Amino acid sequence: MAPLKLEVPFQDAAVIKKLHAGDQVLLSGTVFTARDAAHKRMAEQLERGEKLPIDLTNQVIYYVGPTPAKPGQIIGSAGPTTSSRMDKYTPLLLKNGLKGLIGKGYRSQAVIESIVKNAAVYFAAIGGSGALLAKSIKSVEVIAYEDLGTEAIRKLEVIEFPCMVINDAEGRDWYKESQAMFKNNDN
Amino acid sequence: MRVLHYGEIVNKVASLCQEANYDLGQDVISAFEQAVQTESSEIGKGVLHQLIENANIAAEDRVPMCQDTGVSVFIVKLGQDCHITGGNLYDAINEGVRKGYEEGYLRYSIVDDPLNRKNTGDNTPSVIHIELVQGEQLEIQMNAKGGGAENMSALKMLTPSDGIEGVKKFIMNTVKQAGPNACPPLVVGIGIGGNFETCAYLAKKSLFKPVGERHSDPDLAKLEEELIQSINALGIGPQGLGGTTTTLDVKIETAPCHIAALPVAVNLNCHASRHKYAVL
Repeated sequence: MAPLKLEVPFQDAAVIKKLHAGDQVLLSGTVFTARDAAHKRMAEQLERGEKLPIDLTNQVIYYVGPTPAKPGQIIGSAGPTTSSRMDKYTPLLLKNGLKGLIGKGYRSQAVIESIVKNAAVYFAAIGGSGALLAKSIKSVEVIAYEDLGTEAIRKLEVIEFPCMVINDAEGRDWYKESQAMFKNNDN
Repeated sequence: MRVLHYGEIVNKVASLCQEANYDLGQDVISAFEQAVQTESSEIGKGVLHQLIENANIAAEDRVPMCQDTGVSVFIVKLGQDCHITGGNLYDAINEGVRKGYEEGYLRYSIVDDPLNRKNTGDNTPSVIHIELVQGEQLEIQMNAKGGGAENMSALKMLTPSDGIEGVKKFIMNTVKQAGPNACPPLVVGIGIGGNFETCAYLAKKSLFKPVGERHSDPDLAKLEEELIQSINALGIGPQGLGGTTTTLDVKIETAPCHIAALPVAVNLNCHASRHKYAVL
């Protein structure tokens, strides 16, 4: 099946509800990067009642810490990092309007429930293909937490960034479903 | 007695760091190509093709194949008749890492303190294991070890009554728990025996050997093959998206141990198994 082409940030909730676990998608538009240190800082700011440096409403966060760009490059290699390290902070961000998450690997039960509750979606990109994925990134700008270096929040313009729906707003989990199809022993 | 200068080591280490991150070894590429033939899942095949394409882009554009350019881990064999001048070996390796990562536009992924977590800004300190051997050469093996798979690695102090079944069960559980987090298809490095710290080192050391090469001990070679089969029957598949290629290889290293002990360490490597080798 041909991948679905999607515009981000999401224009309305109906788009998200049409996405199903296992759908291959190509994202175009704006996403923000944030990983461990930026998540910790955002959560601390929210707990203190402060305004975040980015408005999360309908936005998508990509868990990535890119390599430095070589001269002439827009960005260095930029593949997904392991999402579970962000699990602790994700429900809070979803509650504050975030709608999409891009990373790799399992999410906690609390995150999966929060994705359903907030009608959001979790995508996985192919881990370890950072040289290839960087080709879908057309511009990059550091927006906040510059002192965090590779972990700063960046605004990325992406064109047809390839990923796959893992956890959808109905509570389905593509890792569970797809792995069960190929399981062939009692281990 | 042979004299080897500090600067020669720095330059060699710097180029190893860049080659490891730009040029995926032929051993891993061959394993991908073979897996494309045997993988049952169409999505899984697609992932493997994407990884091959990614490796080609990295090599051609001289960019890192993965944004996690890793902790630089070294196993160094220093011939006892090799005399290093101009500074000490540890400093030379760290200076090589600094040079290689900065000039190669590789990511700095090391924090100075596990609790305060300030980035050191040059990817040092590296992890250096030095073995003293006969001769006058300096052999340097480098592995750029990513954090995702390292985080899913585990060590357990089993006891003799757990036996081989206990060992297998622990290995399988570790791989199952890792699932997509460790970026499969994996290379699974296993240490059995030794004491607590030796066991972890054995597992790490096994990951420096070429993918596809079996252990010279026929019993361990057989165990490696059995584990490859069991792991690939788990269904996890490339990137955990389902399939029959969960691991590209399993490597085992063993060592003598205490009469009361049966330590097992499982050091997972993602598919970017970046190990390079040089002799000075």
